Amino acid sequence: MQTLSPEFLQKMKVQRAEQRRKKILRSWQLYLFLLPAVIYFVLFHYVPMVGVQIAFKDYRARAGIWGSEWVGLKHFKTFVTSFQFGQLVKNTVVLSLMTLVLGFPLPILLALSLNEVGNYRFKKLAQNLTYAPHFISTVVMVGMLTAFLSPVTGPVNKLIVLLGGQPIDFMSKASAFPWLYCLSGLWQHMGWDAILYLSALAGIDVALHEAAQIDGANRLQRIWHVNLPGIRPTIVICLLLRCGQLLNIGYEKTFLMQNSLNLETSEIISTYVYKMGLQQAQFSFASAVGLSNTVVNFLLLLIVNSISKRLSDTSLW
Amino acid sequence: MGGKKVSAHKMNGDKVFDVVNYALLTLVVLIVLYPLIFVVSASISDPILVNSGEVWLLPKGITLEGYKSVLEYEMIWVGYANTIFYTIVGTAINLSLTLLTAYALSRKDLIGRNVFTMFFAFTMYFSGGLIPTYITVKNLGLLDTRAVMLVLGAISMYNVIITRTYFSNNIPFELQEAGFLDGCSDAGLFIRVILPLSLPIIAVMALYYAVGHWNSYFNAMIYLTDRNKMTLQIFLREVLLLNQLADMMGSADTDEMLRIAERQKMAMIMKYCLIVVSTAPILCVYPFLQRYFVKGIMVGAVKG
Repeated sequence: MQTLSPEFLQKMKVQRAEQRRKKILRSWQLYLFLLPAVIYFVLFHYVPMVGVQIAFKDYRARAGIWGSEWVGLKHFKTFVTSFQFGQLVKNTVVLSLMTLVLGFPLPILLALSLNEVGNYRFKKLAQNLTYAPHFISTVVMVGMLTAFLSPVTGPVNKLIVLLGGQPIDFMSKASAFPWLYCLSGLWQHMGWDAILYLSALAGIDVALHEAAQIDGANRLQRIWHVNLPGIRPTIVICLLLRCGQLLNIGYEKTFLMQNSLNLETSEIISTYVYKMGLQQAQFSFASAVGLSNTVVNFLLLLIVNSISKRLSDTSLW
Repeated sequence: MGGKKVSAHKMNGDKVFDVVNYALLTLVVLIVLYPLIFVVSASISDPILVNSGEVWLLPKGITLEGYKSVLEYEMIWVGYANTIFYTIVGTAINLSLTLLTAYALSRKDLIGRNVFTMFFAFTMYFSGGLIPTYITVKNLGLLDTRAVMLVLGAISMYNVIITRTYFSNNIPFELQEAGFLDGCSDAGLFIRVILPLSLPIIAVMALYYAVGHWNSYFNAMIYLTDRNKMTLQIFLREVLLLNQLADMMGSADTDEMLRIAERQKMAMIMKYCLIVVSTAPILCVYPFLQRYFVKGIMVGAVKG
């Protein structure tokens, strides 16, 4: 083979650049397809990301985001040294961890259990019924909780009285709040979260089960040694996504469940941001609080992702 | 002989497993089902019997009084109309944007595809947060407009990824190349080849987005002030969660007391009726569409 002359290489390069340009021009319609999304993400995601600088400024509406005065970490310091800080962090972490510990394993168990059902119709019925509550709105969900747990008219307290107890106002009880939050979330989403695992279970090779059976494994052993390892990648990915959202706990439901009596456990960082920012118009302070939450959350995701990458070769990106 | 004994033992073990498994699942199903049945039963029962705790499972003293008072509440109709509007128009916008974006990102020959994907996906993990978003909406002059309800969340990257995965896994690239050879443009290909082959994913996405619009309350609460633009969920929140407080703050006036007592009596079953009325549309389409919901998750499960 001949060695390629520098001139020829140069020509090749130019030609390739030309081809690339032509290719880009030829797919102008595809770029047009992407245009609305680009505009949307810039306007409603990247502009606010730039706007988060007000966390380091004293935002005044008249001066705008760019014209307001820099104050450095003032708002972060105020937040960290405020008397609510400990309580807020504690509530947020407790609620997040409880949701994870209660909400993560049970859908897996439900999927494993549904997967063992031989009767097709029962399996379908159970599956369809358990994920139906997923489509109930948060407002209705909390409305149902309030109605069911009402100390005067709610069926739960009627039952307690029938059994000889005293009615309990659960919704106003600070100690009950995290449990109500998690258990109602479990009731609503367990079936839906199980679907993913069910589909992963359906993909497990039948030959593995047959081999295990020949080796004398019983049902529980096969679940433990065949099914669980089979859905491990799915479990890891779900856990990762969960951990990445750990502190992004839904303010929608928490906010609706809040009342003056349970604030001791129900005031979390995101509801505090809403109250400080939009109800009391302390834009800069609220942004600083929100940003701390986002950053901690993002770091958490990076850490969990890199641990998972090292341990199991499964990662989000 | 010995082998037979072992397998008989194993059969027994499996039988026990089955019994326990079926029993537990039945229990789970009942736990899920009971509150739903109770809500419907209570909504058509005599309010006095509901309040005194005599309704446990099946309706007692059947009456449609509750529904009558709910339907007489004008704001429910306003909320219903607005929610239907936001759901239909919003979903149409969501679908167009999601399909266009997902298709462009599914094309392996698109230069810069990874850059775009990363640019969009970053927003899934990091955001400016509530307050900067609020300020942005305000600066754009979108506060208290119907547009804000349609534009915010106009596209969800999560759904784009699911749809993109569907395109690249289910529509062979050879088919698209054949289209090009026939002189099809990208847009022509998208409309004539891709869309007709993508009805399942379009159905899934329409459902995901529509349910999201139907159920959302937070954006309306934050960005809207005009009651005529409010959604059903906002009025639901007022009745289900806030009216209790209003009732308790009544004065000691006897007339007032009577009125409050009357309202209190109805309040409970009105709540149950409202829950049914607001959730009914979803529950009605649910049996027909549930296989699509599941399909959506399955498609998404294939990591793209």
